[in-house]
Amino acid sequence: MKCYIGIDLGSTTTKAVVMDEFGEVLGRGITNSRSNYDTASRVAKLEAFISTRLTLFHRALEGLSGLEGEKIDRLLLNLERHFRLELFLEQLEDLHQTCAGNAGDLRYPGQKAKICAVLDVAFARLREKLQGLFAPGVVRKSDFFRDLAGSEYMNIAEQTAKEMGMNFDTLINIYDKSIIEVENRPPNDDMEGKFLRALTNVLAEETDLSVSSDDVMKAIKSVLDMDLEETYVVGTGYGRVRLPFPKEHIRSEILCHGLGAHLMYPKTRTVLDIGGQDTKGIQIDGKGIVVNFQMNDRCAAGCGRYLGYIADEMNLGLHELGPMAMKATKTVRINSTCTVFAGAELRDRLALGEKREDIMAGLHRAIILRAMSIISRSGGITDEFTFTGGVAKNEAAVKQLRELVQENYGDVQININPDSIYTGALGGAEFARRAVEEA
Amino acid sequence: MNTATKPEAIKDASMLKQKEMIARNYDALTGAPESGKKIVSTFVPGNLNELINSFGLLNNLPEINAINNGMRKQSGAMIMDAERSGHSEDVCTYVKADIGMMSKGNIAPNGKVMPPPNLLLLSYTGCFTFMKWFELLRKEYNCDTVMLQVPYTGDGVITDNMRNFVVKQLKEEVIPALEKTSGVKFDIDRLRENMARSAKAEDDLVWVLESAKNVRSPIDAYFGGVYYIGPIFTAFRGTQDAIEYYQLLRGEIEKRMQDGLGPVTPEGDMGEEKYRLVVEGPPNWTSFREFWKMFYDEGAVVVASTYTKVGGVYDEGFRHDPTNPLESLADYCLGCYTNRNMPSRVDLIEKYMNEYQADGLLINSIKSCNSFSAGQLMMMNEIEKRTGKPGAFIETDLVDPRYFSAANVKNRLESYFQMVDQKRRSTRTA
Repeated sequence: MKCYIGIDLGSTTTKAVVMDEFGEVLGRGITNSRSNYDTASRVAKLEAFISTRLTLFHRALEGLSGLEGEKIDRLLLNLERHFRLELFLEQLEDLHQTCAGNAGDLRYPGQKAKICAVLDVAFARLREKLQGLFAPGVVRKSDFFRDLAGSEYMNIAEQTAKEMGMNFDTLINIYDKSIIEVENRPPNDDMEGKFLRALTNVLAEETDLSVSSDDVMKAIKSVLDMDLEETYVVGTGYGRVRLPFPKEHIRSEILCHGLGAHLMYPKTRTVLDIGGQDTKGIQIDGKGIVVNFQMNDRCAAGCGRYLGYIADEMNLGLHELGPMAMKATKTVRINSTCTVFAGAELRDRLALGEKREDIMAGLHRAIILRAMSIISRSGGITDEFTFTGGVAKNEAAVKQLRELVQENYGDVQININPDSIYTGALGGAEFARRAVEEA
Repeated sequence: MNTATKPEAIKDASMLKQKEMIARNYDALTGAPESGKKIVSTFVPGNLNELINSFGLLNNLPEINAINNGMRKQSGAMIMDAERSGHSEDVCTYVKADIGMMSKGNIAPNGKVMPPPNLLLLSYTGCFTFMKWFELLRKEYNCDTVMLQVPYTGDGVITDNMRNFVVKQLKEEVIPALEKTSGVKFDIDRLRENMARSAKAEDDLVWVLESAKNVRSPIDAYFGGVYYIGPIFTAFRGTQDAIEYYQLLRGEIEKRMQDGLGPVTPEGDMGEEKYRLVVEGPPNWTSFREFWKMFYDEGAVVVASTYTKVGGVYDEGFRHDPTNPLESLADYCLGCYTNRNMPSRVDLIEKYMNEYQADGLLINSIKSCNSFSAGQLMMMNEIEKRTGKPGAFIETDLVDPRYFSAANVKNRLESYFQMVDQKRRSTRTA
């Protein structure tokens, strides 16, 4: 089967979209960019192909009479959950073995056996605890292995170190070194095996399928047997030059975002993308062709990373900032969106007695004000207006944007797609498809 | 850090000649204490080189020193020195590079000490910073200063009143100051001879710049252009050297056209010409080759630029005129690109867009140059409206390496080139 792939190597996350020859999106994948674009693009692509298989499973299961809508969704949800667990446990085991290997470091002479014994206990506990993250109905804070494994490792390692008379710092140092190695190693390729093991577990749990397990297994296997050909790949984003393919397979993210936004909402004329280190205002025509753009210069003030620093300063998760800002009763005026001064700005307002919620509302407003300036330099907002990038997921940022758009441009249709983070990769995939199908 | 060895830049005979001329001029400047020659410091836009030379004076151009130091990666440390002595981050980086150069012993690019000037001649042609710069230099050197106040062409025209006002100052202030510094009586015939030589070189310069009207341009009128304007904008206008340089250059360009070649780049002949651009604004000097490479790697040729007009606009017919020397010097100063109002700048760019069959306009806006950068975005929008061709805006700096973000600039340029390409394709298929 022909597959067209767009990969958007952003400064914070790397995204991939797989598209079929008719322009239909089959799968999406995302991972953290981890300063290693080679691995990030491999992992994002792998994730997009996993998502593609799930889409194709859905299509195959729809062909089974008696198995419909809700049941298919439940089956696939459980299949993905079990599959993710397989993948997670495989990475956790890799982390365990890597930590054990690093315990032989010269900095810990004669301690390897003892460290390994502590690691064995800690990882057994970790494995047991973290399996729960993949239980039915559990919402995970992050999809990235580092986030899921990291915080719990700290807790369990500290407790285990204390019980077994081991220096906790040693376990931290070993972890820090090992997690980078593990993160930069894509999961092994045996996706088929993992899906089949996951399916076996799902079928064992299912009591109300109304079709035979054999038929389900057959349908899933038929998809796993399909060859998903990487027909053409287009790369975009800051890391695009790292992609191992020729120049004509590389497109600017401005063009990709323009086209991606057009595919999501064909009436789009203005696009705002706030990514990790870029804010872009893009004007497109009726075909998704970019006619003008502006972006921030060498300073990343007011971009996604700004919120990242604020979250770090407040010891919060990035996704917690928006909800906190939504609880504000007023908006504290913040003048500087300089990422470097973010911490100072925040502490200054706290010292003046302002509430965290109100400061957060002010920070979100400041970001959007800066974005509005960039948009106006690109030519202003023309109906319809599509907001993309990671920050589009932040409800407080969206609230401020809606207010400022209304104030400055009146009634404008504002589009925010739940998959807006994939806009650049989507545009890339369409460029890939056109390069072959419309050549 | 990239430790790969940079390929040796390929140089034509004209480039070697210019290099030798510049080296000779620096030797003359740094050797002034021994030769007894006197030095006049002045700026490129509106410089009165023919007049200065007619008194046997040497011409030192501080912003050219800053450019030299920028290209030789020296300016960063000089700017930091100037900041330590109290000049803020927002100040023009040419100024800070110059102040920093002084604090480092005022070493000229030839490695020898640059002697203090005997006269500061400020020909004021639109840059307010130049005035403040010379105030600083006057305090430092405590030498004679003379200012030629060139009226800004706010209405886009040069009137008789303006011309007369400049001529009057030349007669009553500038010439007496030059006589005093040199101890030489003003000789209008020497000035006429110099101006006749200027006009000759200017003819060839215009021919070279206009060769870019050919589709498959034999030159890059921005990155190559800054070399081509070197002699005529600096200490050599009015000299036999300049005439010879432009004859040599013209011959080389004619040969390139006969051979069907595109512009010469530091890595040899440029490949296919994919994009023809007009550029507004000076180049970045600290990463000059890296910046240029971002263009020629993508097949982008600059066919016309406004920066190559800051030291004089010759392609609209102006020539230094030996029959009316002082009036002609006045017209030269009044007509400099820096002295033109915004509508005139837009008109000139529009003309370039059409006459040079450009695909688009690129503006390189200079962060530390408020007077020249103001309004550039409006200019771009106006050009887009008039020509229907896409514009793009990038931001760098003159000689402060901290203001050149290669990844950001490259990203914008590549996006722009692809945008031009996409737009061209859609027009073709429409």
